[in-house]
Amino acid sequence: MIIADRKPFEEIKELTSKAKNILIAGCDSCVAVCLASGEKEVAVLASELRMQRKMDGLEGEIEEIVNVRQCENEYVDAMRDKVEKADLILSMACGVGVQTLAERFPDKLAYPALNTKFMGRPVEPGVWKENCEGCGHCILHLTGGICPVARCSKSMLNGPCGGSQGGKCEVDPEIDCGWQLIYDRLSRLGQLDALVEIMLSKDWSTSWSGGPRRVIKESAGV
Amino acid sequence: MNQITEDFEPQIVAFCCRYCAYAAADLAGSSRIQYPPNVKIVLLPCSGKVDELYLLKAFEAEADGVYVAGCLEGTCHFLTGNLRAKKRVQYVKSLLDEVGIGGERLEMYNLSSAEGQRFAEIAREMTERIRALGPSPLNQRKSKEGAIK
Repeated sequence: MIIADRKPFEEIKELTSKAKNILIAGCDSCVAVCLASGEKEVAVLASELRMQRKMDGLEGEIEEIVNVRQCENEYVDAMRDKVEKADLILSMACGVGVQTLAERFPDKLAYPALNTKFMGRPVEPGVWKENCEGCGHCILHLTGGICPVARCSKSMLNGPCGGSQGGKCEVDPEIDCGWQLIYDRLSRLGQLDALVEIMLSKDWSTSWSGGPRRVIKESAGV
Repeated sequence: MNQITEDFEPQIVAFCCRYCAYAAADLAGSSRIQYPPNVKIVLLPCSGKVDELYLLKAFEAEADGVYVAGCLEGTCHFLTGNLRAKKRVQYVKSLLDEVGIGGERLEMYNLSSAEGQRFAEIAREMTERIRALGPSPLNQRKSKEGAIK
């Protein structure tokens, strides 16, 4: 899922300082699972803003709304009534959600209240780790189901490098060496011979370097 | 800056667990132990029922101070409710600091149902703390505008 984190309150305060009526728009999908958005998080931010604005003598209303997915037109369009009354939509969704709001409501300001971080998963309560960079050409079948692009700090295709010490990465001792994980997993599966093959340069044209990407599925329109 | 006025009577909301603090308040009452009338009690089935929003809403509703009173650590009727409450109070303290209300206006206390005297002490301690801090910054503005006395 997409992992995000709320911006510091100081920054949100600055972003909203010129607006009168604000609609805080939460998303109940990925960013709710990582506790950055959802009904409660929206209500907490709304409460904080209401108090701060009252203390600063700012007028206006703070409205709240949460929908299933802020990245889909159907859900976003259903917000129209509340959006019309607002000067600013403060989105508690990932960057995709903010841009959906900006596109669907071209005359309204849509600002982000979250910093979108990465695609990852929860590893323990309150901790999320990155698993996928969306490079566009998956090679997990070659690496024991552990992605060297996302999990190796240097995205090496033939690792580990000399900076792997005791299973940890030289970039940060908190990071597990991706290639150590790959080695351990392949060893467990009895597939270490897969590492004898030298992986050739990856085709990065499927990655971000080609500009914004798109996926077309012809059958979707049928 | 907080303005301390002689006639300032803080409004304090106490979220009390029914197994300890609420029973202790009852004991304080039946033992005729005096405690400040500034404290308004909200009964909870466990201090772990307290939600970040309950605490924030109390401040939004113009409380000058808020506290949560749960069982002594290790004696929660539901095992870990009071530890969860402690974490939430810590978190909301940080929110109140960033908003500018001040985390010191919120506190977590632990006591047993046999401590009627302690309940009264906590009520006095919190009332004195908030009296010293002055009205919540949210209420100060209103006071200046003359909307409330």
